[in-house]
Amino acid sequence: MVAEKTWKILIAGEGGQGVQSIGELLAEAAFQAGKEALYIPNFGVEQRGGVSIAFVQIAEGSIGAPKFQKADLVAVLSERAGERIKGYLRAGTIYLYDQSAFKPPVIDDRTVGIQGYETVAPEAFARMTGAEPGPPPRPPAADGVRLVGIPAAQVAKTELTNRVFNIIVLGAIVQLIQVLSPAQVEAAIEKKFGEKFRAKPELKTWNLQALAKGLELVAAPEPVRS
Amino acid sequence: MGIKIVSRQLSGEYEKVLRREQRSFMTGNEVVAWAALAAGADLMYGYPITPQNEIMHYWARLTPHFGRGFLQTEDEMSAGFAMPGGALVGKKTFSATAGPGNILMQEPIAMAEMMRIPGVWIIQQRGGPSTATVIYSQQELRLTATGGNGEGLRIVYSTASHQELFEYTIKAFNSAWRYRFPTFVLGDGYQAKMREAVTLFRPENRGWELVPAEPILCLPGVPARDRDPVHLRNTFNLEEELYTRLMDQLAVYERIAPEVTEWEAEVPPEPEVLLVAHGIVARAARQAKESLNRQGWKVGYFRPVTVRPFPGQALRQIAAASPNLRLLVVESAYGQLLAMVKAELYGLTNPVDSLLKPGVGITAEEIAAAVDQTEEGEAVS
Amino acid sequence: MTEGQKPVLQETPGNTKLPLSWRKETKPHRFCPGCGHGIALKALGEVVDELGILDRVLYGCDIGCSLLSWDFFNFDNIQTHHGRTIPVIVGAKRARPELIGIAYMGDGGGYAIGAQHLVNAAQRGEKITAILANNTLYAMTGGQMAPTTLPGQKTGTTPYGREEAKTGLPMLGPELVAAIAPEGSYVARATVGEYQQLKKYLQKALLNQMTGGGFSFVEVLSTCPTNWRTNAKQTWAFLQGEMPRYYKVGEFRTADAPPGEEEG
Repeated sequence: MVAEKTWKILIAGEGGQGVQSIGELLAEAAFQAGKEALYIPNFGVEQRGGVSIAFVQIAEGSIGAPKFQKADLVAVLSERAGERIKGYLRAGTIYLYDQSAFKPPVIDDRTVGIQGYETVAPEAFARMTGAEPGPPPRPPAADGVRLVGIPAAQVAKTELTNRVFNIIVLGAIVQLIQVLSPAQVEAAIEKKFGEKFRAKPELKTWNLQALAKGLELVAAPEPVRS
Repeated sequence: MGIKIVSRQLSGEYEKVLRREQRSFMTGNEVVAWAALAAGADLMYGYPITPQNEIMHYWARLTPHFGRGFLQTEDEMSAGFAMPGGALVGKKTFSATAGPGNILMQEPIAMAEMMRIPGVWIIQQRGGPSTATVIYSQQELRLTATGGNGEGLRIVYSTASHQELFEYTIKAFNSAWRYRFPTFVLGDGYQAKMREAVTLFRPENRGWELVPAEPILCLPGVPARDRDPVHLRNTFNLEEELYTRLMDQLAVYERIAPEVTEWEAEVPPEPEVLLVAHGIVARAARQAKESLNRQGWKVGYFRPVTVRPFPGQALRQIAAASPNLRLLVVESAYGQLLAMVKAELYGLTNPVDSLLKPGVGITAEEIAAAVDQTEEGEAVS
Repeated sequence: MTEGQKPVLQETPGNTKLPLSWRKETKPHRFCPGCGHGIALKALGEVVDELGILDRVLYGCDIGCSLLSWDFFNFDNIQTHHGRTIPVIVGAKRARPELIGIAYMGDGGGYAIGAQHLVNAAQRGEKITAILANNTLYAMTGGQMAPTTLPGQKTGTTPYGREEAKTGLPMLGPELVAAIAPEGSYVARATVGEYQQLKKYLQKALLNQMTGGGFSFVEVLSTCPTNWRTNAKQTWAFLQGEMPRYYKVGEFRTADAPPGEEEG
C-alpha cells in the first residue's frame, strides 16, 4: 500500500523553537536522499496563538495532497502546540515530545498578529528557547498514541546551546522514522546553514553534535507502522 | 531578444540549474520565477499580495543579471494595464496575483481579451470571498476562466505539481504569444508555498520552440509615409461593429480550442465511479483512485488541465460510454468546477455527486471516504 | 532633438495647414463644435511635427471624449480604459525606452478614477508625457460633476451647483503633481485660450521626456459648450474668466526651476 510507504510528519511548537527549520531540513534531506518529499508551513495573516506547524511527507512514490488529516509522527514542542494538533492523532501515531522541565518561549498573540501577511512562522520573534525552568509538559492520554519523550531543551541548555534545541528534535525524528541516514541530514544542514557556519564555525559543531544527541536520545524503534 | 548576462556568477548558476537539468527542491513561487526566465519573459509588472509575493521577490532578484525588467506598480490595475503596454511594443510581460488582486486584474484582462493582446498571469488562489484567507482555495476558477465583462476568451492551465508549474508557465508564454488570448497559470497558495522536487530545464534543450514576441505597435518606419499608422481601440460605436469583431474572435477561439485543450484520464473497464478534480486536488483524487482500486473499486479519474477551454468532449465521451458511471466532483470551492462539469454533461443521465470544501485542502482519505459513503448521486440535467 | 534623430518630413504637398501628424482620412474630427480637444490636439500635432518625432511617438488615449482621438493622428495609438492610459504608456515606455510615450486623458480619468496612476507615475518619475484636458466635468457621459467642477457650477449630478461643504473644492492637479514629482519633472497648466503658450508648454513637456528629464505633465484648460450649455461668447467667458479664478495658468516645474519655485 502506498500509505505504508509515506511518512506523514507534523512538527508543532512555539515560534522561535525552530519548527519550520526542522520541517525544511527533514524534507531537504529526504530530497537529497532521492525520495519524494513535500514540506509546507502553515501560514496566515496571523499565527494564532504563536503556534507554528510544519507538514512534511516523505515517500518512495508520488505524494498527494500537501497537507494531511492524520499523522504518522508528531513532534510536539510545547503543551499549547499539543492542544492545537490533537486532531491529527490516530492509533499508532508516534508522539515525540520534549519532556524537559523548561518553559517554552511564548509569543504574544498580538505581536504576532501585526507582523503581517507574509509570515511563515514567528520564528524571528523568539529570543530564547526553553531557557526558564517550568513544569515538564504533560503528554496527551489519547488512545493508542506511542509516546516518546526526550529531554531536548535540557540537553540543549546544559550540554550544547539553546539555539540547537530544534536540531536535537530533528535527530530524534530521523532516528524514529529510519528512512534517512545521519550523513544525508548533515548534508541538508550544511546546505541550509553553510554560510552561517563559515562565519561562525562553532555553530557547525553545535549543530552536528545536536543531531548526534537527538539520534542517541531515542532508541531505534521496532517497526511501528500499523 | 537574447539573454544579456551581466553577472558571471549568476549566469553560471543559470547554466547549472537549467542546462544540466538539475533536480532541485524549492517553493512553487520560486519555480514560477525560474520558468518565466526560461520562457524568455522580459518584464514583470506586479503588486504585492499573498500568496504570490515570492514570485516578485525571486524575479526581482534574477532580472538585473539577465537584462529583464521588473516594476512594482501602485495597484493591480496599474500592473495589469502596464502589461499590454509592454506587449504591444514587442515584449513578453507577465504578472502574478491572487484573490482581491485577481478581481482588480480582471479589468485589464478584459482589455487584453478584447484587443487580443498577449500576456501571462500567474494566479495563486487564496481563500474567498473578500480578503478571506491568504492561504489556499480553488475559488478563483470561475473568475480566472470567465471573469471580466465578456465571453472568457482565455487559456487557463490548472497545475498540480512544481514540475507542472514550471512546464505550464513556459507553455503559457508560448500559448499567449501564439494565440494572442490572455493566458493563465492557475495555481494556489499550497503550490506557492510548499517545497517539493522539480527539474528545471532550458526549453530549447528539450526541443521546445519559444514563440517570439512581435511588436504590434511602433514598428519601424514613419507612419503615414512608410507604413500605415496602427490605431487600436476597444470601444465601438455600433452593436454590429462589436458583434462582427466578437464573432470573429469566437471563431478563432473555437478553432484553436482543440489544440489547446489538455486533460488527464484514467478509466478502468466498466467503471463505477469517476473522480473529477483539477489542480492540486487532482493529486489527492488520483491517490484516492489508486487506493480504492486496490480495494477492488472500479474507480476512474478525470482531470482537466486546461480549465478553459474545458475538455468537455473528452469528459462527455467517458460518461456517455457508461451510463451508470457515477461522477464525484471534488474541489476546494462550492461548485465552480461542478457547474462546468454539469454543463458539459447536459442530457446524459449519469449521477453526479460532489465533495465541495470551499477554501480548505482535500486529502485522498476524504475522497476515498466520500466514494465509500455515497450510494446514489443526483442525476444531471 | 536627440542626437542621430533625423527630422521627419516637415511638409506634405497640398496640405500645409494641417499638421503632418494629423490624419487627414479621419478629418473632420468627431468632437463637438466649440470643443477644446481639437485645439489641444492640433497643438500637440504641430509640436510633434516640429520635433520630428512622428516615428517614435506612442499615443494612448483614455475613455471619455479623449477616446475620440483614437485615430486622430498619424502616430500609433492605443485606446485604453477609463483612467488607465498612464499605466499602459508606462508599460510600453519601460519596455522600449526609445519611444516617446504620450498619455492623453480628461480630468475624470486623470484626477478621479485614475488619480492613483497619475500620482504614482509622477512620484516614480516615469519618463512619459501626460496631457490632461480639464473642462470641469464628465462630458461624454452627459455632464456630471468632476473633481475639477467649479464651486456653484451646475452639472447633472450637482443640479443646484457644486457645494464645497459636500463635495469639496476644484482639484488642483498640476499643483499636486508639482509637489510630489522628483527633480527633472516638467509640470504646467496651459489653456486652449492661449495657443502659442499651449504649444510652448507641450513642446517643453515632450523635450523633457526626450532628454530623459523625467515625468512631464500638462493640464490644458479646455471647453465643453455642449455640457456647459453655453454659446460661443459664454464659452469663451467661462474659459477665460471663470476658470482662471481657480486654475492658475503657467509652469509649476521646469528643468531650470527646482521644486517650489513656481513661475507664472
